[in-house]
Amino acid sequence: MTPDLGAARRIWGLVYRHLALYRSSPPRLIELMYWPILQMVVWGFVTAYLAGVQNNVTSVAAGVLLGGVLLWEAALRSQMGFSISFLEEIWSRNLGHIFVSPLRPGELVAGLMVMSVLRTVIGVLPAMLLAWFLYAFNIFALGPLLVAQFAALIIMGWAVALGVTSLILRYGAGAEALAWSVLFGITPFAAVFYPVSVLPVWLQPVALALPAAHVFEGMRAALIEHRVDWGHLAAAYALNAVWIAGMGWVFLRQFQSARVRGALLNIGE
Amino acid sequence: MTHALVVEALFKTYEPGRPPAVDGLSFTMPAGATYGLLGGNGAGKTTTIAMLLGLLVPTSGRVTALGHDMATDRFAALARMNFSSPYISLPHKLSVRENLRVYGHLYNVADLKRRIATLAEDLQLTEFIDRPAGELSAGQKTRVALAKALINTPELLLLDEPTASLDPDTGDWVRTRLERYRDATGCAILLASHNMAEVERMCGHVIMLKGGRVVDEGSPDALIARFGRNDLEQVFLDIARGTRVGEAA
Repeated sequence: MTPDLGAARRIWGLVYRHLALYRSSPPRLIELMYWPILQMVVWGFVTAYLAGVQNNVTSVAAGVLLGGVLLWEAALRSQMGFSISFLEEIWSRNLGHIFVSPLRPGELVAGLMVMSVLRTVIGVLPAMLLAWFLYAFNIFALGPLLVAQFAALIIMGWAVALGVTSLILRYGAGAEALAWSVLFGITPFAAVFYPVSVLPVWLQPVALALPAAHVFEGMRAALIEHRVDWGHLAAAYALNAVWIAGMGWVFLRQFQSARVRGALLNIGE
Repeated sequence: MTHALVVEALFKTYEPGRPPAVDGLSFTMPAGATYGLLGGNGAGKTTTIAMLLGLLVPTSGRVTALGHDMATDRFAALARMNFSSPYISLPHKLSVRENLRVYGHLYNVADLKRRIATLAEDLQLTEFIDRPAGELSAGQKTRVALAKALINTPELLLLDEPTASLDPDTGDWVRTRLERYRDATGCAILLASHNMAEVERMCGHVIMLKGGRVVDEGSPDALIARFGRNDLEQVFLDIARGTRVGEAA
């Protein structure tokens, strides 16, 4: 078997492990869809109420709040999909077997990224369809731009997840709460529901260093002004490249450090 | 001839100033041999096995497994090795078959379906192969762990307490299967165990560790004769307590 096919098969082995887990555990599958749908329903009614058009929900479609909710869920689910898939190996006390198999660290990361995409699509797509059905908000009207923005947020989720996984490698499963909470902490600076210009001037550079802020500025330009802001989209991808490279480096450093400290032997503690 | 395992001056300390967990361990294990790694709790067995698997980086020293330097080329070696320990689980929610598929893919096993069928027959997994691994008895879990360890037909097998918590009949069954596999394939086996009868039966060479150092080694018969004892358990107690026949306890 050629090295590339071997790598693909090992990545598939890891993905298959998680797919088999979801097949045997319906509550896990339901949980993937539960929060995105709940968020969408709550924010949909909030939007309708604020707009004062409860009897004419179709006009809510112009609102960007629902777009923000749905796209931000992509980043959240992407990050959680990666981090929680890694935590599943800790919880099942299987990490020792994984780390003494021929699976390379880069292949482990690739497998977790695939799981992240699958979990995100399974989690967010039903919420997007429901927003269309309940509030006549058709996010798919963004067309190919939606795919580009969705992908940018998934990649940002990976970068954050690499950071979270690095902290788990450094501090053990005690750091696992970050898998659920860390991206919520970024929300105020990500310009999800308001433009970057709303933030204090000194905080705006922080927001603009996040790929998400550029995605949401681009989303507002598309929904309100009906134009594609290529500058923001390019900025989002350029920042993603920087963040992924940086967090990937941190992950590999922490992985090697864990091998030196013996942390891989008792990472569940 | 390529040795299965060459360990040279292996040394590991977790923190400067603390006593080393492994201190200058060296040995060479030929292909087809079965070596025992014995020692009390904290003797350095787990640390040694972790370094042999590349899970832990030695402070100094070198491990060469199946001709591959574990510091620079460990994945080539890991593809031809395997490992089993009752202290590391397989995912409980996955069925036995699914678990074996996962590891078959991770180890790039050719004709995986047939390999799983062969292992299921040899290790008598057929009746519960589609049940979740978490619902199995201790004996069944041990057989599944053995199947996982043999999935890639390894040339070097590291086993940490392979029969821990098993009844004598199941323990004997596992030992017999391991001996058959070794004799059929020429696989080298390194066994860490507290079961002295198991070590006497399976191992041609025993390395006795204490405080991370090799305190004695040789065949079970040679060690028993050297210590003037009747079995390996008495030798183990002599080493653990620092006594020999005729010495004060």
